[in-house]
Amino acid sequence: MELHDLQTYWWILISIIGALLVFLLFVQGGQTLLYRANGVTMRQMMINSLGRKWEITFTTLVLFGGAFFAAFPLFYSTTFGGAYWLWSLILLSFVVQAFSYEFRRKPGNLFGRRFYDILLFINGCAGCILLGVAVGTMFFGAEFTIAKGNIANAESPMISTWSNTHGIEAIYSLKNLLVGFTVLYLARTQAAFYFMNNLDGDQVIMSRSRRSMMINGGIFVVLFLIMMSFIFAATGYEEQPDGSIIAVKYKYFYNMIDMWWIGLIFLAGVTTVVFSIIYTILTPEHNRRGIWYCGIGTVLTIFALFCILGLNNTAYYPSLLDVNSSLTITNSSSSQYTLTVMSYASLFVPVVLAYIGYVWYKFDSEHITPEEMDKEDHLY
Amino acid sequence: MNDLLSLVDWSRAQFALTAMMHWIFVPLTIGLSLIVSVMESVYYKTREDSMKKITQFWMTLFAINFACGVATGIILEFEFGTNWSNYSWFVGDIFGAPLAIEGIFAFFLESTFFAVMMFGWNKVGPKFHLAATWLTAIGVCISALWILIANAWMQNPVGMEFDPEQARNVMSNFSEVALSPTATNKFLHTVLSGWVLGSVFVIGVSCFLLLRKSNEKATSTSIKIASIIGLIGIILTMWTGDGSAVQVSKVQPMKLAAMEGLYRGEAGGQSLVGFGILNPNKTIENDETAMIYSIDIPNGLSILAKHDSKAFVPGINDIIDGIELTENGDTIKNLSYAERIESGKKAHEALRRYNAAVEAKDFDATEQAAADLEANFKNFGYGYFDNPAQAVPNVPLTFYSFRIMVIGGGYLLLFFIISLAGVFKFKGLFKNKFVLLSGILTIPVVWIVSEAGWVVAEVGRQPWAVQDLLPVRAAVSSVSAASVETTFWIFVVLFSGLFIAEVSIMLREIFKASKEDITNR
Repeated sequence: MELHDLQTYWWILISIIGALLVFLLFVQGGQTLLYRANGVTMRQMMINSLGRKWEITFTTLVLFGGAFFAAFPLFYSTTFGGAYWLWSLILLSFVVQAFSYEFRRKPGNLFGRRFYDILLFINGCAGCILLGVAVGTMFFGAEFTIAKGNIANAESPMISTWSNTHGIEAIYSLKNLLVGFTVLYLARTQAAFYFMNNLDGDQVIMSRSRRSMMINGGIFVVLFLIMMSFIFAATGYEEQPDGSIIAVKYKYFYNMIDMWWIGLIFLAGVTTVVFSIIYTILTPEHNRRGIWYCGIGTVLTIFALFCILGLNNTAYYPSLLDVNSSLTITNSSSSQYTLTVMSYASLFVPVVLAYIGYVWYKFDSEHITPEEMDKEDHLY
Repeated sequence: MNDLLSLVDWSRAQFALTAMMHWIFVPLTIGLSLIVSVMESVYYKTREDSMKKITQFWMTLFAINFACGVATGIILEFEFGTNWSNYSWFVGDIFGAPLAIEGIFAFFLESTFFAVMMFGWNKVGPKFHLAATWLTAIGVCISALWILIANAWMQNPVGMEFDPEQARNVMSNFSEVALSPTATNKFLHTVLSGWVLGSVFVIGVSCFLLLRKSNEKATSTSIKIASIIGLIGIILTMWTGDGSAVQVSKVQPMKLAAMEGLYRGEAGGQSLVGFGILNPNKTIENDETAMIYSIDIPNGLSILAKHDSKAFVPGINDIIDGIELTENGDTIKNLSYAERIESGKKAHEALRRYNAAVEAKDFDATEQAAADLEANFKNFGYGYFDNPAQAVPNVPLTFYSFRIMVIGGGYLLLFFIISLAGVFKFKGLFKNKFVLLSGILTIPVVWIVSEAGWVVAEVGRQPWAVQDLLPVRAAVSSVSAASVETTFWIFVVLFSGLFIAEVSIMLREIFKASKEDITNR
C-alpha cells in the first residue's frame, strides 16, 4: 500500500479502537451509578458485573495509546508531553481503578471498602470527563508548537512545546468540558443498559436501572446535540498539497458531506442510540436488549466522529498558537515501513475480538444473580 | 540549561520510581502465572479436590498482585509520552511498534483470560479453565517479550536509519529489531528470573505456613513444584546472564566497565572483581586506584565478556580514549570520546544546514549537508555533551548492583538445591526452624536481587536513552521541572499506599491460611 493509504488505514483503525473504547466506558459509567444500588447485595452484583469487564476497557485504553504511539508518534509525543497535567490526571484516575476492584473486599486493605468505592467513583467521573476533554482538544485545538529541527539544538532540543499551563487550560475550556460531560452521560446511560442486561434479581434492580437510563439518556441527548452543534459550527484546519495548513469554516460539517458514507454511518449511529433509549422506554420492563442497540449506535457514531476529525486532509490536532504546527495524519505518522509491519500485526485484531466475544458470551449467557454472590469463591 | 538538567533529573527519578515499582509486581506475576498453571494441570490430570484448592490459594495471591502490575504498567507506557516526548518522536517509529503489538497480542489475552481464570471455576468446564490459566501465563510472557524487545532496542539500536527530512529515526528492518541477540537474551533472562522470584515466593510462604505448623500437605506439594521450576529458572537465568554479559561487552562496553569499576584494562586477560569496595575518590581524571579492597577471580572478566581468558577488556578510560574490542577480540584504536563529541556536533550542525537548505530549496547545499550528516551520524548523540565525563554512568551504583545480582544469584542456586533436596530426599529439612526462617527471609532477598539486575541494566547504560543516539537530556519533554517534581511526589504517595495495601492484604491471606486447612476450605 502507498504511504497515504496506510496512514488512512491506521486512522480508521484508531477510530475503531476509539469507538470501542467509548462503548467500553460503560464500566466507568457503572462505577458512578453504584450509589443507586438498593442494598448490599445489589451493590455487590453491580460491582461484580462491572469487575469482570474493567480490564477490557483498561486494555483498550492502553491499546488506543499504543496505536497512536506506533502510527502517529508526533501526536503521542506532543499531547502527552505537552498536556502533561491533563494526561497525568487521566492516568491517575485509571490507575486507582486497577487495584480498587481487587482490594475493596479483601481483609487487610488498610483503607476500608468505602475508600476503594470512592476511588471507583472518581475513576468513573474523572476518567470519562478528562478523556472527553482530551478528545475535545482534537476538535477545538490545543496550545502547542512544533519545530522538528530543534533536535539539533543541544541547548534546547525540545521538538514540541506547550503553553506554560501544560494541559490545565484544556480542562478549563468549556467546549472541551462539554465533550467530557457528554462522554460521562453516555457512559452512564450505557451502564444502566448494561445492568439491565447483565443482572438478574428482583424487580428493583430492573426499575432502578431503567430509571437511571432514562435520566442519564435524556441528559446525554441534550449534551450531545449541543456538542454536535459546536463541532459542526467550529472552524477546522485543512492541509494543502504543499503541506501548509489553512483554516476552513465548518470544516467538520463539510467533511460529513464530502465523505457521505461517514455521514450515513453517523446518522445510523445516532438513530440507533436514540432508538435504544426510546425502545427501552416503550417496551416492557424485562427488556434486556438496549445495551446492544446503544452499544452498536455508540460505536458507529464515535467512529464517524473520529473519521471527520482525521480524514479528508483535516488537521486532527489543531494548534491554537501556530496553525502550521497542527497535526495531520500525513505530517505526524510513522514511516511507510513501520505502518506496513504494523498493518500485518493488525490483521490479528479480528481474532482478538473473536475470543473476547466468545469469553463474554460464555460468561454472560447466565446473568449474575444474588445467589451467585453467596456461592462464588472470588468476589470483588 | 540548569532548568533542563533539573527537569531531566526529576523525569529520570519519576521513571525510575515507576519502573522499579512495576518490577516489584511483574516478576511475581510471571512466576506465579506459570506455577498456578502447572498446579492446575496437575489438578486437571488427578482431579484431586485438594490440588484444586491449593491452586486456588496461590491464584488468590496472584490476583492481588496482578492488579498492581497492571496499574503501574499503564503509567510506564504513558510516561514515554508525558516525560520523554522528544524520545517518543525521535525514535517512536521503531519503539512504538512493539508497544502496539504488545497491546494487540498480549494485553487482551491476559485480561480476557484472567477473568475466566478467577471467575470461571463454576462457569466454564475444567478444560476451558485450564486453557484460560495457561493463556493468561502465555499472555504475561508475550507482554514481557514485546516490552523487552523495545527495551533491548534502546540498549542496542539496530534495524533503523536516520531520515533527515523528518529529523528522526525510522525502522528499516523489523526482524533485526525483534530478533536482535540483545532482545533474545533480555527476554529469556527477565522471564526466567520471574520464574525464580515466583518460586522463592511460593517456597517462602510455604515455609511460613510450616513454621506455624499448618498445611503440611499443601505446602509440600507447593514446594515440590516451586523448587523444580525455581531450579530450572535459576540455572537458565545464569546461562542467559552469561549471554547478556557477552552482548554488553560488544554493544555497551562502557556499561561493562562500570559494572566492574574498571578504569584501565590489562593485556593478557582481565580479572573479575568477586567482591570489592570502590575507592570513592576515583574519577576518570585522576590516577588513584579504583578499588580499596577486592577479591579477584583471575581472568574472570575476560572469560565473562568474551569467553576467552586472554581477551582484552577495555576500562572506562580506555573507552574514553578510544580503545575498544573488535568482533574478534582484537584491540583497536577507535574514536576517542572527545572526537565523538566533535563529530556529534558536526552532525547537529549538518542537520541544521540541511533544514535551512531544504527551506531555501538549495539542492546542492541539501545534498552536501545530507552527506556531512551521514558521515557523522554515528556520533549524533555525543553532540549533546560538552565533555567526556558526561558520557560515563554512575559507577558505584552499577558496580554494587552487579555484585548484589551475581552473589544473590549464587545464593538462590544453593537455595533451590537445598529446597529440592529437602522436599524429595531429606524430608526432615523443612522441619528445621533455621531452614524455614531462611526460606521466609529469602523472599525479600530475591526481590532485591531482581531489582538490582534492572539497576545494572538501566543505570549502567546512562546517560543514554538510546545507546549512542539520544542521551536522556535530549529525550525529555518540554514541561516544567516543578510539574514533574509534583507528579513524582504524587506517585510516591500512590505507590507507597498501593504497595503497603498489597503487602497487608497478602499477609492477611497468608495468616488466614495458616489458621485453616486450605485444601478443605
